[in-house]
Amino acid sequence: MSGSQAHLPRLLALVPYLLARPGAHVAEVAEVFGVSEKRLRADLDLLWVCGLPGHGPGDLIDLELSGDTVTLFEPAGVTRPLRLTVDEALALVVALRALAETPGLDERDAVDRVLAKVERVAGAAARSADRVEVALADEAAVLPVVQDALDRGRLLHLSYHVAARDETTERDVDPMRLLLVEGRSYLEAWCRRAEGVRLFRLDRVEGAQVLEAPAAPPAAAEQRDLSEGLFQPSPEHTLVTLALRPGAHWVADYHPCETVEQGEDGELVVGLRTPATEWVRRLALRLGAQGRVLAPATLATQVRDDARAALSAYGP
Amino acid sequence: MAAKKTERLLNLVICLLATRRYLSVQEIREAVPGYTEDGPTEEAFRRMFERDKAELRELGIPLETGSLTAAFDDEPGYRIARRDYELPELVLEPDEAAALGLAARLWQSAPLAGATGSALLKIRAAGVDAPEASGALEPRVGASEPAFEPCLQAVRDRQVVRFGYRAMGRTAPEDREVEPWGVVSWRGRWYLVGHDRVRGQERVFRLSRVVGTVAAVGEPGAVVVPDGVDLRALVARTAADAPVTTARVRLRAGAGWALRREATATTPDGEGWDVVEVGYSDPERFADRVTGYGADALVLSPQDARDAVVRRLRALVDA
Repeated sequence: MSGSQAHLPRLLALVPYLLARPGAHVAEVAEVFGVSEKRLRADLDLLWVCGLPGHGPGDLIDLELSGDTVTLFEPAGVTRPLRLTVDEALALVVALRALAETPGLDERDAVDRVLAKVERVAGAAARSADRVEVALADEAAVLPVVQDALDRGRLLHLSYHVAARDETTERDVDPMRLLLVEGRSYLEAWCRRAEGVRLFRLDRVEGAQVLEAPAAPPAAAEQRDLSEGLFQPSPEHTLVTLALRPGAHWVADYHPCETVEQGEDGELVVGLRTPATEWVRRLALRLGAQGRVLAPATLATQVRDDARAALSAYGP
Repeated sequence: MAAKKTERLLNLVICLLATRRYLSVQEIREAVPGYTEDGPTEEAFRRMFERDKAELRELGIPLETGSLTAAFDDEPGYRIARRDYELPELVLEPDEAAALGLAARLWQSAPLAGATGSALLKIRAAGVDAPEASGALEPRVGASEPAFEPCLQAVRDRQVVRFGYRAMGRTAPEDREVEPWGVVSWRGRWYLVGHDRVRGQERVFRLSRVVGTVAAVGEPGAVVVPDGVDLRALVARTAADAPVTTARVRLRAGAGWALRREATATTPDGEGWDVVEVGYSDPERFADRVTGYGADALVLSPQDARDAVVRRLRALVDA
């Protein structure tokens, strides 16, 4: 959006917002509207000179700034916010519908009620929301158990499958929060075995038991910032380089890559960082002719040895 | 300059909201300060007014056009009907407002995140206070595929689209022309569902496989979505592919967890091994799942799945 295209909607919302909240704090209003306090004060100065035709003293928007608070007395007819646009109605209605069918959500009832209200006020604008759907996740059988541990603040025992090593592990974890990211449910918890914050995919939890002991994540356990995605590579991790033929280009979509370059013959050369290379070994096996490990060399050798061992079982 | 324009537009909205009858262009010119200051020529004023009208409509402001007098079919007049402009009354209970806050955090990326933000702002402007959601469950949905935004727009505007699409296992992208019916996020990936005009069939496209730009073709409103289309079911069928054949796989004890979980039968087979039966539809996709287990898994039957695994392994050994 260009400056004025974002600016006018802000002002049209600001007038009824202030009208509904006499004595609002300028700093809080600025935060709600996502602008600096300076910017907000400039907006208020602008409102001040706008108003009904004639633009006499009684026609203009009237407000009073006193110290840190602002009170709007005269809205010049802008008493209500503008209706939702089609895009706004769509984004909100689809998000609420997705929430409404999220398994294990405590707020389900409230979501249903607010959805009905939003659909009503959006009116015709909500129509195209029927053509956008979000299926968040399948019902995970262990979800109620995990939810229970979180609600009651208890330690949780997990039998958890580590796909990279194809191995099931037993561990006690201090649950922190449940997340639904990119279509999968995860438990974020302090793992007492790994002594670190871990994300556990619920569809890989084989069994979960709520224990009597209270959950007590250490003060050092911090929630991950997920704004950059689930997996955050670190420069200390091993750098793996793969050459991907077209049948394996999906790998570049699927895994966060540090570098993606066009190689020869339609190959993509990707570099990715990983703390453990076991899953890359499995990936390289399944890719067969479609992929090659370029580095590290030891990994390339391992893949070839694995393939040779597996192939021998199929006979000559 | 930008502030001046915003000021003019705001005055225009206030003026048109306040009038019950349609105002002529000249009346508007006299009533709105921005059109008289600096004394623009008639032509410059007309151009300015045309741009302003377009801008208001783009923001969803319902600018109404009507005849000034019943007798003459002369120049149209303008007004904004209050009932079309104003967000209807909305009162939310505290738990409903919290649920709204949770929904507002669902979208991780543009354009939906931005649209939710501005929707929420309007709702707050209506007097609703949206507290921080307190729920432990936090659903997030991203849309990083570059094709997402144009496809969403095409679905919204019911407009045909044309794009390059790299089908599974193909090297070169192929051109597709699609009447879009809807977009679906399924297990974290976005899909476009529609009628493929070249193939004359309904098709599901994964947006991450769209190559290059998505071009809108023809007029908005041209696409007719057939009644009773179940978008999600169409995507689920494409994404999940229901099993049609059963494979027998010899697995080392403790290995092949994902296969064991789906197995319809598991029988011990000598010291430290089991034979599991697992359904599949496509031998290649099935081989993708088995080959990663290396020497811990051996496909006994059928032959096509066995061949697909052997082909992958041989390629690696011969490389």
